Amino acid sequence: MKPLIECVEAGFGYENVDVVTEVTMEVLPGDYIGVVGENGAGKSTLIKGLLGLLKPTSGAITIAEELKKTGIGYLPQQTAAQKDFPATVWEVVLSGTLSRAGYRPFYSREEKKLAEVNMGRLGIEDLKYKCYRDLSGGQKQRVLIARALCATEKLLILDEPITGLDPSAAQEFYQVVKHLNRDQGVAILMVSHDIQNMVRQAGKILHLNQKVLFYGTVEQYRNSSVGRRFLGGEDT
Amino acid sequence: MNVIGEMLSYPFLVRALVGGVLVSLCASLLGVSLVLKRYSMIGDGLSHVSFGALSLAIAFGWQPLQVSIPVVVIAAFFLLRITENGKIKSDAAIAVISASALAIGIIITSLTTGMTTDVSSYMFGSILAMSRADVILSAILSVIVLFLFVFFYHKVFAVTFDENFARATGVKVSWYHILFAVLTAVTIVLGMRMMGAMLISSLIIFPALTSMRLFKSFRGVMIAAGVVSVVCFCIGMVISYEASTPAGASVVVVNLAVFLLCTGLQWVRGR
Repeated sequence: MKPLIECVEAGFGYENVDVVTEVTMEVLPGDYIGVVGENGAGKSTLIKGLLGLLKPTSGAITIAEELKKTGIGYLPQQTAAQKDFPATVWEVVLSGTLSRAGYRPFYSREEKKLAEVNMGRLGIEDLKYKCYRDLSGGQKQRVLIARALCATEKLLILDEPITGLDPSAAQEFYQVVKHLNRDQGVAILMVSHDIQNMVRQAGKILHLNQKVLFYGTVEQYRNSSVGRRFLGGEDT
Repeated sequence: MNVIGEMLSYPFLVRALVGGVLVSLCASLLGVSLVLKRYSMIGDGLSHVSFGALSLAIAFGWQPLQVSIPVVVIAAFFLLRITENGKIKSDAAIAVISASALAIGIIITSLTTGMTTDVSSYMFGSILAMSRADVILSAILSVIVLFLFVFFYHKVFAVTFDENFARATGVKVSWYHILFAVLTAVTIVLGMRMMGAMLISSLIIFPALTSMRLFKSFRGVMIAAGVVSVVCFCIGMVISYEASTPAGASVVVVNLAVFLLCTGLQWVRGR
């Protein structure tokens, strides 16, 4: 299988400061990778690198052709500005197809269809004309996933998506993501602090702390010394 | 209707009305994006910078627009930059820059010409300030702004709603920032001569806030902001003409009244 994204000894950072270095990893179609690590470990920087927003300061990163065309489905951390943003759910989801529209000023019928299909997949058709700011946290996340899926169905990158969700909404969110991954073959790369849920949900774990401390399957992670320490196993 | 016919018989009032309507339209459209991106104070900061630049131009006998437009454009870049980097608290940075520009402007004025009517009209606006050249420049500006908002509407939405996502899907976000900075700067320089440096930012902020009370969609808010802004401007001008009140201040008060009305409406509807 050809990887969607491949990093070889890649480093990312800002203005002469490398935040993460020597990252060697790949995202294969259908993967579910959990990115964990403490604050300041470089998780968000790595994400920016994978999205192509930061150029690698060292090493190399290869992004598959199919992703270059449409961009990567991305669920950013929510910003304060979005809390009271006047926009309908329809407007938000449709904006995910933007890269397909190019310089055409209006959305085509296919793009509208795509937006409708993705709203259906996330069960938010009935919210179509609702205002984004009136939605609950869980509903907002569904809307943003639908938008991301409009960009690409191959890979979703989620940056701390459950921040601010209450526990039941978070569980529901994990169900939605799992469903997309298992039943629809969408590769997932999720940054999260919620390590307990991450090892339950993901297939692979990438543990960062400026460097890659661990990269492999969840089973290997549970048995590794890094994983045991981080998960609070018996030998701490 | 009579009043309007009477007003239109004065060439300077026609210029003021045409220029003012165009500038209010631009200000309100740009304003929706600026307010939603939490950049509302930039308008205020830029108008003060513009005042400083104008006092400098008057003191040295330069053409006011030729000096202030480039200076304000540079200031706009600078302000957007610090807001993005987040190194200094951006609201504090804007306050510092605007107060400094104002202070420098006042010192230059008092050392050279003194507080002439020119300077005072830049502070609080003057209905006589719109020259033919200003009207033409306003027309060019509004054509560009309308073109941007019609043909790049979806990109403007994406950049306003979620910069990071827009960037990840390949929108050149920094280009939009530059474009917004330039257009906002020109709008402010043109508008402040009529509205006054102290009052021009209200043209950017009020229509956006008012229409956000009424509409739930981005498109609705955009269109409503344009309409509210133009209507408020015209009512303000009529009041100014009838009651001999300063034009800029009258427009702001009408905007305030409409805002309060809409807030009331929203409150009633929400109950």
